[in-house]
Amino acid sequence: MKKLKNPPDRKTAAAQAGDCNFFRNLSGFCIKPVYSIEDIAQLDEKTDLGRPGDYPYTRGVHETMYREKLWTIRQLGSLDSPSRANERIQHLIGLGATGVSICFDMPTIMGRDSDDPLAEGEVGSCGGVAVDCLDDMRHLLDGIDLEAISINFVSNSQSAVILAMFVAVAQERGVPLSALSGTMQNDILKEYQAQKSYYFPPRESMRLTVDTIQYCSQHLPRFNPISISGYHLASAGATPVEELAFTLANGFTYVAEAIKAGLDVDDFAPRLSFFFKAHNDIFENIAKLRAARRIWAKTMRQTFRAKDPRSLRCRIHTQTSGSSLTAQQAENNIIRVALQSLSAVLGGTQSLHTNAYDESYSIPTPRSEKIALRTQQIIAHESGVINTVDPLAGSYYLEAMTDEMEKKCHGYFREIEKLGGVISAIEKGYFQHIIADSAFRYQREIETKARIVVGLNAYVEQEDTEMEMREIDAEFEKEKIANLRALKQNRDPHRVQACLADIRRIAQTTQNLMPILVNAVEANTTLGEIIGVLREVFGEFREASVY
Amino acid sequence: MVPKKKPDIQQMVQKLLTGDRRSAARLITLVENEVDEHHDIMRLVYPHTGHALIIGITGAGGAGKSSLTDHLIGKFREKDKKVGAVVVDPSSPFSGGAFLGDRIRLQNHSQDEGVYIRSLASRGNLGGLSRATYDVIRILEAMGMEVIFVETLGAGQDEIDIVQIASTCLLVLTPGMGDDIQAMKAGIMEIADIIVLNKADLDGATTCLRHLEAVLSVAQESQTSWKPRIVPTVSVASKAENLRGIDELVQTIGEHQNYLRSSREIDQAKFVRIEHELGLIFKDELQKIIFKGLRGTGKKKKYIRSIMDRKNDPYSVVDEVLNTYLFSGK
Amino acid sequence: MKKKIKVLMTKVGLDGHDRGAKVVASLLKAAGMEVVYLGMYQTPAGIVKAAIDEDVDVIGLSYLSGEHLVFTPKIVSEMKANGLDDVLLIAGGTFPVEDIPKMEAMGIDKIFRAGSLMPTIVSYIEENVKKH
Repeated sequence: MKKLKNPPDRKTAAAQAGDCNFFRNLSGFCIKPVYSIEDIAQLDEKTDLGRPGDYPYTRGVHETMYREKLWTIRQLGSLDSPSRANERIQHLIGLGATGVSICFDMPTIMGRDSDDPLAEGEVGSCGGVAVDCLDDMRHLLDGIDLEAISINFVSNSQSAVILAMFVAVAQERGVPLSALSGTMQNDILKEYQAQKSYYFPPRESMRLTVDTIQYCSQHLPRFNPISISGYHLASAGATPVEELAFTLANGFTYVAEAIKAGLDVDDFAPRLSFFFKAHNDIFENIAKLRAARRIWAKTMRQTFRAKDPRSLRCRIHTQTSGSSLTAQQAENNIIRVALQSLSAVLGGTQSLHTNAYDESYSIPTPRSEKIALRTQQIIAHESGVINTVDPLAGSYYLEAMTDEMEKKCHGYFREIEKLGGVISAIEKGYFQHIIADSAFRYQREIETKARIVVGLNAYVEQEDTEMEMREIDAEFEKEKIANLRALKQNRDPHRVQACLADIRRIAQTTQNLMPILVNAVEANTTLGEIIGVLREVFGEFREASVY
Repeated sequence: MVPKKKPDIQQMVQKLLTGDRRSAARLITLVENEVDEHHDIMRLVYPHTGHALIIGITGAGGAGKSSLTDHLIGKFREKDKKVGAVVVDPSSPFSGGAFLGDRIRLQNHSQDEGVYIRSLASRGNLGGLSRATYDVIRILEAMGMEVIFVETLGAGQDEIDIVQIASTCLLVLTPGMGDDIQAMKAGIMEIADIIVLNKADLDGATTCLRHLEAVLSVAQESQTSWKPRIVPTVSVASKAENLRGIDELVQTIGEHQNYLRSSREIDQAKFVRIEHELGLIFKDELQKIIFKGLRGTGKKKKYIRSIMDRKNDPYSVVDEVLNTYLFSGK
Repeated sequence: MKKKIKVLMTKVGLDGHDRGAKVVASLLKAAGMEVVYLGMYQTPAGIVKAAIDEDVDVIGLSYLSGEHLVFTPKIVSEMKANGLDDVLLIAGGTFPVEDIPKMEAMGIDKIFRAGSLMPTIVSYIEENVKKH
C-alpha cells in the first residue's frame, strides 16, 4: 500500500499561525480575507490605469492586444549540435511556434571553445548549443526565414560575439539587417546578481552592452538588443517583488549608461525588452506585470524624459517557472505550467515560453515539448481570455496588489540609490544577499510545511512514474572538437591574428567593438579566441562577497 | 558504523613533523574537538614550535581581509616560504553549526603544496579567540610552516586577542565605512602594528588616510617605540596591474619584525603571550574540573538554583567551592 | 566537547547555478554542522586537496548542467588515490532518475535529487558518517 501524506489542516494551521502569517504570497504580502471597493478608493483611472496602449500602460502596451495578434509562442529550440538544434527549431515552427529561444552550452556561455580543456565533459551540456564559430551559426539558422521568425538568443556575457555571427549570416544571405527581428538576452547585471555566468568586471561589461545597444539602434531597428531579465533572479531565489524591483532597477541602469555614452534615449529605449517569470501565484504574477508597465512608463517619462511613446512601453517576455517544477510526480508540472501561462496571458505578456513537464530532471522530449506548446494554443483558442484586453482590471484584489507591488519597488529603489546605484550595490553584494536569504526562507517554508508543494512535501508517493528520456549523444563532444580543429587548420591565420589584434586595440578605446567583431567572425575567429582577448584587456571579475 | 580506534598520537606527530598533511589535518580536528589526547598532542608538538612568523589579520567583514591574505600568501611563497593560514568564521549560537566561506577567496593557492589553509569555526567563543586557534597554529608550525596567517572574525574581542597570538598584527580598514571610528572606540587601533587602508582607490580614501594619521598622532603614548604604520592597498582588482600596496605591506611587515628583533621587545612580547596563553589554559581546565566535580555530586544545579532564588550569590559559591577543592585537598 | 560533522560543499566544472549549494549549506549549518563552502568552478584535484586539509567527514557535490557523469568518476578516483575512503560522498541537484544507479556505481554514497528535504539529508549524514 503506498503511503500518502496529507497537508496540515488549513483552518487549524491558520488559526495557530495568526491568520495573516498563513496567507501570504511569495513576496510576503499579507493577503486579506476579502478585498472591497475601499481597497481601490485611491485608484485614479486616468493616471494609474489609463487605457490599453496609453500611458501609463498598466493595462497593456497595445490597444487591441491579443484580439489583433497573439503573443509570440516562443519555445526552446536548442540541442547540443547546431544541426540538431536546427531540426528542433524547424519542428517547433511546424507545430505552431512563432518564435524560438536558443540557449547555449556551458562552454559557450562561459566564452570557451569546445576544445578548451575547461570545456571537457560539458560540450553540448544541458540541451544548449555548442557554438564556436560562424559555421555553427550557419547550421543553426539553416533554412529558417530570418524575416519571419523571431529568434531569442539566450546569451549574456558573450552576446556581442553571438550578435556578430547573427549579423554575418544574415548579410551572407542577403537579408537586410533592418528586417531582422528577435532578441539578444544580453543582460549582464543579472549575471552578477544571480546567474553568475559573468567574466568581465561590471563597468567593462556595460561598455560591451552599450556597444550592442548602439549598434542595433543604428543597424537592426527591429531587433531587441537586450532582454532585461527577472527570471534568473527569481530562479536564484528572489521573491516576485524583489524580481520586479531589481529588474527595473537594472533596466534604469542600462538606460542611464546608454545616455552617458552619448545616445539619445528615444533612439534605443523603444527596443529595450523585459523577461519575467510566471510563478505559481496567479494574481501576484498579473499584478507584477501590470506594476512593471506602470513603473517603467512613469520613470522613463519623468526621470529620463523620453518623448517617444514607444520608449515608455515595457514589452515583456514571460517564462513559466522552472524552479517550481518537481521531479517527483512530474506530470503534475503540466498543470503548474498551464496555470502559470494563464497568469502570464492575463498579465498581458508579449511573448511566452512554457516549460516541458520533464524539465525538472531532463531536456524536454518531443512529447513533453509538444504538450508545453499546445498549452499555449489551448489558452489562446479555447479559454476565451483573449477576447478582451486586461480582463481583470478593476478587480479590488488585483488593483490593490498592483499598487502594493509598485510601492514596495520604490522602497527597493531607494535602498539601491543609497548604496550608490546598481553597480555599486552589486559590488557590495546587496542583491546577492537578499536573493540568498529569500532562497533560504523559501526552503525553510517547504521544510516546515508552511508552504505546500504537491508531491514534494504533501501527497508524497514512494515510487516515481517511469519517464521517457531524450537520448543524449555521447559522441558529440569528440565530433565538435574534431570539426573545430579542422576549421582552425583551414582558415587564414593572418587574417585571424589581424582581427584579434584589432579587437585588442579597439577594446582599449571607446570605439564600438561590433564592426570588428563581425569582421572577426567572418574570418572564422572563434568565440573562445575573441573572449580570450577581451578577458586579457578587461580583466576578470571575482565575486567579492559570498553570503 | 565502524567503532572509533584510539588514534596513535605518537605516530601522528612523527608524521606531522615530516610535513604530512593528513596527519596535520587529523591532529587539528582532534585538538578542535578537545579529545582526551589533547594535552598529550600539544606536549609532543610544543617543542617543535616557536620559530614561525605569525601574522594576525583583523578587521570588519567586507574590508577585504581574505583577499589581502590571498596576496600575502603569494608574496611569501615567492620567497619560497611554506605558508599556513587559519581562517575563523562564527559558529551559530543557536545551532552550533557554521558556514566557513573564506577558502573561496584564497583560491589562488588551492593547488600549491607549500600552502596549508584551515577553516575554523569559533565554536562558542563569541568573545575572543578559542584556545583551539592557538593549538592549531602550533600544529602548523610543527608541520613546517614558516609563515602563518591568522584571520579573525572582526567581531571586536577577538581582534584584541589576536595580539596574544601574532607577533605582527594587521588591522584592515576601508574608507567611508566608519570602521575607523569603531576601531578607535574599541581601542583596537592602538593594538595594531600596521593599519591597512584597503580599497584605497575609493572616493574618500585620501581623507580617510589623513584622518587616520591624525588619530594615530594623538593616540596614547604606547609602551613601545614602534609607531603603527598605515599602508594603503587595493586588494581586489580585475587585473593584476591594478593591485596596489601589497609589496609595501610585505616590506612593512618585515620592518616590524626587524624592529621587534632589534629592540629585544620580541622577548618581552613572547613572555606576555605565553603568560596569557597559560592563563587561558588554566582557566579552561580549572573550570572543566570544577564543573565536572560539582555536576557529579549534583551540587552545580543546587548552587545555581540557590543563586536564582537569591538565597546565595556567585561570589559566595566560588569562595565555598574553592575552599573545599583547593584548600582542603579534597 | 561534541564532535562536529564537517562538510565540504562545492560545485564542479563551468556551471554557476549555486542556489541549491548555498541553501543546503545554510540548512546544514542550522542542523549544527560546520560547512566549508568552496563555491563554483572547482576541479576534482582542488576539491580533494581541500577535503584533506579541512579533514572533512562529507563531500557534497551540487550538479545541474549535465556534468554529473563526467565529473563523478574523476572525483571518486581522486579521492581513492588520496586515501579518502572514510569520507562520505553525496550529491544533489538535477539529473535523470536513470543516472542515479550509474552515479552510485561510480562511487557516490547517496544521491539527493532536487526536492529532497533537509531532515532526510541530515539524518543520512548523521547515521553514515564514517569517521566518528
